[in-house]
Amino acid sequence: MSEKEALFSKKNLKLLSDPLNDSNPITVQVLGICSALAVTAQLKPAVVMSISVMAVLGFANVIISLLRNTIPNRIRIIVQLVIIAALVILVDQVLKAFVYDVSKQLSVFVGLIITNCIIMGRLEAFALGNRPWQSFLDGVGNAAGYGVILVIVGFFRELLGSGSVWGYQVIPNSWYVVNGGFYENNGMMILPPMALITVGIIIWVQRSRNRKLIEN
Amino acid sequence: MDRNSNKYTFIYASVMVILVAAVLSIAAMSLKPFQKKNTEIEKKQNILASVNIATTAKNAEEVYAQKIVNTYVVNSKGEQVEGNAFEIDLRVQKNKPVDQRLLPVFECQTEEGLKYIFPLRGAGLWGPIWGYIALNEDLNTIYGANFDHQGETPGLGAEISTPAFQDPFRGKTIFDAAGNLVSIIVAKANESAPAEHRVDAISGGTITSKGLEQMLLDDLKSYQNFITRKKS
Repeated sequence: MSEKEALFSKKNLKLLSDPLNDSNPITVQVLGICSALAVTAQLKPAVVMSISVMAVLGFANVIISLLRNTIPNRIRIIVQLVIIAALVILVDQVLKAFVYDVSKQLSVFVGLIITNCIIMGRLEAFALGNRPWQSFLDGVGNAAGYGVILVIVGFFRELLGSGSVWGYQVIPNSWYVVNGGFYENNGMMILPPMALITVGIIIWVQRSRNRKLIEN
Repeated sequence: MDRNSNKYTFIYASVMVILVAAVLSIAAMSLKPFQKKNTEIEKKQNILASVNIATTAKNAEEVYAQKIVNTYVVNSKGEQVEGNAFEIDLRVQKNKPVDQRLLPVFECQTEEGLKYIFPLRGAGLWGPIWGYIALNEDLNTIYGANFDHQGETPGLGAEISTPAFQDPFRGKTIFDAAGNLVSIIVAKANESAPAEHRVDAISGGTITSKGLEQMLLDDLKSYQNFITRKKS
């Protein structure tokens, strides 16, 4: 432990890259599903939610890691919650002040970052026992793993449900039945059940490609 | 100090809570002006949307200053009273008895003449719904309407905030030939209603649709005296 480790050593990079695939918080650990269903009807809120979670998780991990030798063991969960809640309120206030329309779309889900199991899980499992830099990487990595899934789900839901990507119409207007075409948006994609099914399909694809995840 | 002692735990918790509270208060105070500005801009956008003027967050203030030529407050008797129409919170007003309510009126100068805009507020299925309705100079024909909601079901009740629901309001009338207030009837396909007062309800969003109908009737009723005065 005493010898100096390079900032981006192989071990540290693994903290960043593992959650993207092998230990993805959503598809492998199946955490944070609630918000993954709720904010992915369009791409933009999905991206903002991912960035918000990344900010909260990154900072919370660093703060808890810095405090890890002072936190009284009996109230450690409470300490973690206070730190998370404070950071989430900060993020919410900043969103309200500078990207009001997005904050309106996310509405209650920003507040619900507090209850996102990924965050508490990482604090308890990683930050309490590791140094700040590693904790930061772990936080960013896990949030990125969460974000990747959100963005994929958001992309397909917006494309198939509203015919647009990032708010821009990509399906030509003349294709639609109302304009004499043959195409109709799939209204089901807008609703949460299809988000769950999309996540399910992602898990299926991932498991069939990644040998490590195949259980016997 | 022993990290497991009660004393340490108490001191730790107290210091942490005070620090966190201080940080959050400072953040909330310093961001407040930006947040207030955002809600004001949104309100201006909504008011303008009821007279079919689309704005962006950037140009809303400019367009509002240009188009909204007059704002004032009336009471339920239709008399003009003191007050800043834009600052009035409808949620507070709706909790008062009708004769004590302050009712904001916005006058908008469009290319098609002067329009009167009344704010509305009512109850949907899951929470409050609100909006603005713009009347032509005859104070009978609807020029445009804009509705929004807090948490109606997406795809069902939430459809009240879409043009597909709002556009049919244009050109409808709120008084019948005898001069009685009928407001607008948000009707399902099998319900009969005179075509000039009828707007199609949202399938699957019946409670929101009926809530909106009630909101229109209630709030237009409170403006009825103002309308009668203005017409005479």
